[in-house]
Amino acid sequence: MKNCFRYILLIAVIASFASCEKDNYTAPGSFLTGALTYKGDTIRVERNQVPYQLYQYGFGAVGPISGTFAQDGSYSQVLFNGNYKLIIPNGQGPFMWKQDASGNPDSLSITMSGSQNLTLEVTPFYMVRNAQFGYSASDSMVTATFKAEKIVTDPDMMKDIERVSLYVNNTEFTSGGDNIAFTNMAGGDITNPDNITLSVRVPFETNLSTFTQGNLYARVGIKMVNVEDMIFSDVEIVSIK
Amino acid sequence: MKKVKNIYMKKRLSILIIAIFMVTAWGCEKDSEFLDVQPNTFLTVDQVFSDPKLALSAIGDLYNRQVDFSGLDNGWASFTDFSESFPSENGSAYYVQRTGWGYDSWGLDWYGSYQYIRDINLYMQRDSASTGLSDDDRKRFYAEARFLRANFYFEMVKRYGGVPLVLMPLEYDYSGHVKDLQLPRSKEADMYDFIISEAETIKDILPTDINEKSRASKGAALAMECRAALYAGSIAKYGATTPAVSLPGGEVGIPASRANDYYTIALRAAKEIIDGNTGGYKLKTAPDGSTMSQLSDNFANVFLDKASPETIWFEDFQQGGKTHAFTTNDQPYSFSDEGGDAGRLDPSLNLAENFEKTDNTFAPFTTTTGSGAPVIYNDVQDIFADRDARLAGTILLPGGKFKGQTVDIWAGYRLPDGSIVTSDEAGHLKPIVPGGQPVQVVGKDGPINGLELRTQSGFYIRKYLDPTVGSGRRGQGSEVAFIRYRFGEVLLNAAEASFELGDNATASMYLNMVRARAGLTSPLTAGQITFDRIVHERKVELAFEGLYFYDMKRWRLATYRWDGVPTTLADLKTNIGTAKKHSTQPWGLWPYKQYDPANPDNVKWVYKETLPALVTGVNRFLLGNYYTKIPDGSIANNPLLVRQPNQ
Repeated sequence: MKNCFRYILLIAVIASFASCEKDNYTAPGSFLTGALTYKGDTIRVERNQVPYQLYQYGFGAVGPISGTFAQDGSYSQVLFNGNYKLIIPNGQGPFMWKQDASGNPDSLSITMSGSQNLTLEVTPFYMVRNAQFGYSASDSMVTATFKAEKIVTDPDMMKDIERVSLYVNNTEFTSGGDNIAFTNMAGGDITNPDNITLSVRVPFETNLSTFTQGNLYARVGIKMVNVEDMIFSDVEIVSIK
Repeated sequence: MKKVKNIYMKKRLSILIIAIFMVTAWGCEKDSEFLDVQPNTFLTVDQVFSDPKLALSAIGDLYNRQVDFSGLDNGWASFTDFSESFPSENGSAYYVQRTGWGYDSWGLDWYGSYQYIRDINLYMQRDSASTGLSDDDRKRFYAEARFLRANFYFEMVKRYGGVPLVLMPLEYDYSGHVKDLQLPRSKEADMYDFIISEAETIKDILPTDINEKSRASKGAALAMECRAALYAGSIAKYGATTPAVSLPGGEVGIPASRANDYYTIALRAAKEIIDGNTGGYKLKTAPDGSTMSQLSDNFANVFLDKASPETIWFEDFQQGGKTHAFTTNDQPYSFSDEGGDAGRLDPSLNLAENFEKTDNTFAPFTTTTGSGAPVIYNDVQDIFADRDARLAGTILLPGGKFKGQTVDIWAGYRLPDGSIVTSDEAGHLKPIVPGGQPVQVVGKDGPINGLELRTQSGFYIRKYLDPTVGSGRRGQGSEVAFIRYRFGEVLLNAAEASFELGDNATASMYLNMVRARAGLTSPLTAGQITFDRIVHERKVELAFEGLYFYDMKRWRLATYRWDGVPTTLADLKTNIGTAKKHSTQPWGLWPYKQYDPANPDNVKWVYKETLPALVTGVNRFLLGNYYTKIPDGSIANNPLLVRQPNQ
């Protein structure tokens, strides 16, 4: 019995030495965070729809580290320290990202040594300004007014408005894919882009829990011709009590 | 003592001598005889390519490795999705619960694809070097391999746009450098040009025989050419509406100026088949004077009859070789050959309502009167009366027959006050009114929300469903063939190409041939041919044949069709037959029995459009979905592969 313990002890000691080997890498610990901005204003998009890609060279095969922007336009990624290049793929986002001469997205060099905050300055085709939301209990209508400000006015690059939309949901994730009520207005029906009004009835009959919850989330967005992603206002809480 | 030992010594010696003799005698065999043993587990290249039967079985493997978008041996789920059907299997509910598709959807195994292409290239190299085959055999095998290669590149270009065109087996020289093996993507237009020129080269080497359906024939080569040219033409023309879906190097996107050339080629190839240059392919038609239900049966038989004059090339299935489980998976539940294995693929109302009335008009199924009261029908099938015969030929409707039995599809009793009596157990007996006799209150074949393997849309699939005895058994399987090219599609290709070239009269002639077979006997005039008509006709004629998705892509309609906006009942019932109509959630049409003993309307039928409860997602097709993502790993291995647009 005594012998047996001796062996167990020996094996345990040997085994514990094997763990003394160092891991190949420490876990990544540097945070890259930031948001999409235009002249200090954040650009709000649909969640999980606008991607970015980070590349790190020097380790053999190169593949992108992909992520998407949150609906408030922010992003965050945990990385190892080192040199990275960030791009937003062509055709993504309701804004213009610089391209190189051959039409590929221009990359932004990032040196990570510890966490850093990096705002990504882009030029959106439009901005949603002064979005105001109201609720009328008598007909359960949510009404939004806002201004669609055209930012890109160069005739070669500017985009027309395909439609403007108002989305209402019972959670703060509010967009074309997540809503309980929405309404569209075609671009051609907009008489005054400085003052657009949209309203939609909220179908409480099929969403009773929303009614008891006491508030709604609403936002408006602009869809441009030949641009897939919409640009949105901030998500506003609309009280229905 | 000494003597004894001696005897032993002698004995030992003699054993030793014998042993040595035996061993060395073996060595007398010649080295060449001893070492050159014919392997009995594989055949050498020379052996295979000196015997036509062995060469045929080698190319049989290459045939077997062709891929299809929807295929009878790809599993039933390859026919579902796109709101064309509802997947009635709980593990597959994600088809109707997701809100879009990843950029890597619908891809092929990139590595496996090029391995297959390498095997075809090796086959061609060895076949052309062979001396043991007769000239005719050698040429035919060579042409077949070229056909398979072109058809496979067609499958790749439909998914990825331009891919590296590898036309000979690449060899690695162990030098540590792979630069010579890294090929860039070809232009999308060059891919289609390649397919067209291959078809032109091989068409006269392949046999002109309409009974040759499982191997490549002249008809198959031309049908492939026709479809490829049509796809290229429409990508050139309609790709101009989505300028974002293109790459500067032309790997994705075809210049709009080339559209007419491609449409001209498509029409020429189609005409060669239609004019009988490839043998007498024709539509499989029912005898004159057939009733609508006979016309429906005839349409269903197009896919069951292996000797049909309409089939140009198919993937065959046979007992003893390979069979498939399509009938097992999709047969009606109540008379399934295999208890608990049934009913997965349920066509949607979105598809069913597209089958037009026999007077060439579009109309939703009439479920309510103008004032909103339900319309009461005498017979369960009356609501489907006077419709395109392909409706009942493609979809097994409530009250329809399969294997001589009638499907039992109804969702419950509707009481005069509008309330519904039903159960969550199929075929359940319970009283309709309190204290009444227990009776069956819901059909044995569904529909019940969330009850898998029975219909949840109110319909079962009929296309490809095999009426042979035992075809629904797991062990036996079905022999029904999967048609890859058929004459009906060639006619529709010809109609579309004529329309795009501005010749509406010819387009209407070809369309009317297909429509007459379906009982739509009043012909469309040249003036009635529009783009929407072409889109519509392909949707109903070619439903569940693996072509609808590519049609939506090449016309750049996918972003309109699957726009991520929920499909309301009003959306469903309007704009039927319009190309840009959106269809993002599969609806069902549920029959109910009217319960009203005091009234003549008792046990008559009412219908209600129903969105199955499991449908919570909406289909959203992004611009980046038009071309499937090339795997990051493949791009890392070959940096010359440029990324797809919008990804």
